[in-house]
Amino acid sequence: MWTILRIELFKIFKRPRTYISFVAIAAIILLIQLALFLDGDTYVRFMLQSIESTFNIEGKIMHGYLICYVILQTLLIHVPLLIALIGGDMIAGEANMGTLRLLISKPVSRTNLLLSKFTATAVYTLLLLIWMAFLSLLLSILVFGTGDLMIFKSQQIVILKSSDVMWRYFAAFGFAAIAMITVAALSFFLSLFAENSIGPIVTTMSIIIVSTILTTMDLPLFNTIKPFLFTSHMLGWKGFFDDPVNYAAVFKSAGILIMHIIGFVGAAILVFRKKDVLS
Amino acid sequence: MSAIINVSHLSKHYKEIKAVNDISFAVNTGEVYGFLGQNGAGKSTTIRMLLTLIEPTSGTIEMFGMNLQTHRKEILRQVGAIIERPDLYKYLSGIENLSLFARMSGCRKTNEELLAQLETVGLKGREHSKVRTYSQGMKQRLGLAVALIHDPQLIILDEPTNGLDPQGIADVRNLILHLSKHHGKTILVSSHLLNEIEMMADRMIIIDKGAKIAEGSVKDLFDPSRMLIELELTNPELVQSQLQHSPWIQYLHAQRNNKIVFQLDKKQVPDITAALVQMGAGIVSLQPKHSLEEYFLSLTTANQHVDDFKN
Repeated sequence: MWTILRIELFKIFKRPRTYISFVAIAAIILLIQLALFLDGDTYVRFMLQSIESTFNIEGKIMHGYLICYVILQTLLIHVPLLIALIGGDMIAGEANMGTLRLLISKPVSRTNLLLSKFTATAVYTLLLLIWMAFLSLLLSILVFGTGDLMIFKSQQIVILKSSDVMWRYFAAFGFAAIAMITVAALSFFLSLFAENSIGPIVTTMSIIIVSTILTTMDLPLFNTIKPFLFTSHMLGWKGFFDDPVNYAAVFKSAGILIMHIIGFVGAAILVFRKKDVLS
Repeated sequence: MSAIINVSHLSKHYKEIKAVNDISFAVNTGEVYGFLGQNGAGKSTTIRMLLTLIEPTSGTIEMFGMNLQTHRKEILRQVGAIIERPDLYKYLSGIENLSLFARMSGCRKTNEELLAQLETVGLKGREHSKVRTYSQGMKQRLGLAVALIHDPQLIILDEPTNGLDPQGIADVRNLILHLSKHHGKTILVSSHLLNEIEMMADRMIIIDKGAKIAEGSVKDLFDPSRMLIELELTNPELVQSQLQHSPWIQYLHAQRNNKIVFQLDKKQVPDITAALVQMGAGIVSLQPKHSLEEYFLSLTTANQHVDDFKN
């Protein structure tokens, strides 16, 4: 399996389209950082306008930690599309190119082939998040410095000591990795049923949009299914910025996402083992 | 000579469509075996079943004396294939593609070995160019290099000359013959072009509409002593009923509309003509089929096979 995984990674990182995601993320993060560097005070004033009359806030609010939080909130909604670009292409793209039949005629079990492809997709997802963490956290800290992190939540303001923030980001990126691998698993599964990657990519995004709408609508009809939708748990990384952290809720969300990953990949293996390759 | 491929009662059905219907054949070690049939006859479906791309509805496939279902990996390690078009990774170079598929086949080749393989198929100087810049002929040659890189005992080539110019076709044909004669490889090659198979194959199978209609050596299938005679009749129904009780039924080969085809010894032609006249057949014309091409067409265009006729 190690040989096939290396081959799959080699193929992913030899394709120019792979780097579109890395460039897109870098461009967005650098633009946000540039905008906050030039006009961060306006953003801070806007952020504080609702509480200025009640609280007297002093000290440095705009720093690397806050900028990373802003970037994470913005980007983790859009990153699934970039993940689906690769996940949705893993099988459908091979079918489209005509290389799937050549791969399957090799002395490699279909399960191994599929698991290697999925692992390669997961590695790509992790690298994308590491790249995002590097730019949004480390670069922001280098340019803007650090300080106590003040976060506005719907019902409360959370203030975290500067020394208590870094681990939360590592944990948040770890959680985000699980959430994004869930998206990768979904697009990967859908990729089995198509012969070009557009279908799985569009279907993945459609499922995420519909599920997100169901998650955000406060209707009793949807409340029973909400806990089982993976989109209800994708933003669970924010739980690491509560004080104290509700570990039970965070781990439950992570567990549900992992169950989704296992479900999607397991179903993919079942389908792929019996699939007639006609492409 | 032992059989390297043994296919028994193989079928593949898609709902009511019988893509392959109860085909049996054997390919012997060291021979070039032709798989002949018109487009859509079921050649590619059969080949895909041999390469485990498609699961058969019924029947068994044995290769190298092992069951394909239970010994898939061991068998495929000894098989090289081109399936329809030689589609490879266009964003990779020729040598990268070759290296990648060599590793997938379970062998690790040095750069020199890869270059030597590419030189064998005439791609020297273009090894590092991206496959997207290759012509159809170059892709086909790279496909052959991929099929051969792990030195397989059995080579399965599905329409290997598709899209090639005459020189490319001749090159592929010569390579197949070279591999068979000088390297002892067993080759199963499919084509819808009879002359191609005629020039390469020791034996062949002819399939049509998913079913086997003939099998044997090229010599056997078109032996001048067993020529094909096509007769156009004014009264085919009468002949049909009378032939059932006649010894000539054994020579009946095919029947289509008012035409009837017999396969028999040249010396028997006057006798069968006389017998048909006696049956009141009303012979309009009698045409001998002299070439294998005519034979192939007579088999694949007959819309009612002899078995149906006999029944």
